[in-house]
Amino acid sequence: MGDAIAVRGLVVNRGGRRVLDGIDAAVPRGSVTGLLGPSGSGKTTLMRAVVGVQVIAAGTVTVLGQPAGAAQLRHRIGYLTQAPSVYADLTVRENAHYFAALHGRGRAEADRAVADVGLADAAHQLVGTLSGGQRSRASLACALVGEPELVVLDEPTVGQDPVLRADLWARFHELAAAGTTLLVSSHVMDEAARCDRLLLIREGRLVADDTPDAIRAAAGVDDLDEAFLRLIRAGESGPAGREAS
Amino acid sequence: MNPRILSATVGRILRQLRHDRRTVALLVVVPTVLLTLVYYMYNDQPTPPGQPSAFDQIALVMLGFFPFIIMFLVTSIAMLRERTTGTLERLLTTPLAKADLLFGYGIAFGLAGAVQAGVASAVAYWVFGLNTAGSSGLVIMIAVLNAVLAVALGLLCSAFARTEFQAVQFMPVVVAPQLLLCGLFVPRDQMAGWLQAISDVLPLSYAVEALQEVGAHTEPTATMWRDVVVVAGAAVLALLLAAATLRRRSS
Repeated sequence: MGDAIAVRGLVVNRGGRRVLDGIDAAVPRGSVTGLLGPSGSGKTTLMRAVVGVQVIAAGTVTVLGQPAGAAQLRHRIGYLTQAPSVYADLTVRENAHYFAALHGRGRAEADRAVADVGLADAAHQLVGTLSGGQRSRASLACALVGEPELVVLDEPTVGQDPVLRADLWARFHELAAAGTTLLVSSHVMDEAARCDRLLLIREGRLVADDTPDAIRAAAGVDDLDEAFLRLIRAGESGPAGREAS
Repeated sequence: MNPRILSATVGRILRQLRHDRRTVALLVVVPTVLLTLVYYMYNDQPTPPGQPSAFDQIALVMLGFFPFIIMFLVTSIAMLRERTTGTLERLLTTPLAKADLLFGYGIAFGLAGAVQAGVASAVAYWVFGLNTAGSSGLVIMIAVLNAVLAVALGLLCSAFARTEFQAVQFMPVVVAPQLLLCGLFVPRDQMAGWLQAISDVLPLSYAVEALQEVGAHTEPTATMWRDVVVVAGAAVLALLLAAATLRRRSS
């Protein structure tokens, strides 16, 4: 099986600033890949490039064997934006029904997607009346409702309580076990340890692309936080510090 | 365009409207209140023999104005919200085609405009005794067409607004000149040439002329049908331009 996402020499400028500066990365199918990096490092821009809504300056992004943004891909990907992009003046259920209909799915599937994110009890509530964490789960349900082959999730677990976060990660791994590819951004290191693979970006450059274990081994420490610090310092002291997969 | 996605989109927009009861109430009640004002303003004005009363002239044109003004506002804000809350960006990663979204708004708010025009016309004809030579059905048809034109212009203008404050400012820019120059205040053939020229390229002028034709003639006239085609053409043009402003990829 080929990679679900293949990025080659990706350069993106936004507002006159270089946000991504020559990214090369691959995401294998049927895995959970974590995209990590500080705020402003280019995580969202990379995700936008993958789902095909970002104007790119150079490089290629291939998704499920087709150029990112190809019309045929729209049935096959699910995208969760960082700010919950659901209709505040509709109920959770109505939102899920609408996004299900766009993907040719029925109401039963929509209701299941709502239950899967733990919102069955709030299904009839207007999204505008939900808490921040609930709202972001409503948005997640709408990203998963089409049962896409590739799911791109921009910080899906922000504001969720620890139990729910564990549930969501278990759900992500269930999906991956069933063959779905997930690209999940986060800035929480304990979530990094839950990923099959990690992409670490900083200031628009890829610092690491490997499994959590290999990253720990390369840095010579058990703590991922510390490992990333060492990789970043090594990267700053010389170009040879960049980790290849 | 895909019929399933289009109808889901129309349903979604109408459901959003339905949850906003206050907006629905305002849509339905405000035209009636304003018609009442106009009725009493002109109640005691003498009518020259052989001419329609001032109320008949003004109320008829107002029935076309309401859906135009209100649907323009409602659409520009609704579309701007899609842009600012990220739902538009997400929609553009789904199988939804741009036409599904634009026609979805056109149909949903066109229906809302039809309800508004229906209620306002019922009040105008039955409560205030509005007199038109032609049929009330044609008046409602033209009013609904105005609603669709306003939706198309609203979708287009929302592309040029960053905030809701800016979107609201487009109302006087787009709507006010059309109201002033449409021939209600000063007949178009009595305006200075350059004002007439501007009036000639504003679609609302044709909508108002079509309504006046219905007011004056028992049967639909060729002028009325030509005007209807011009307004419909303007709506299609605005929708095409709006589609051009919707980019799947942005920087």
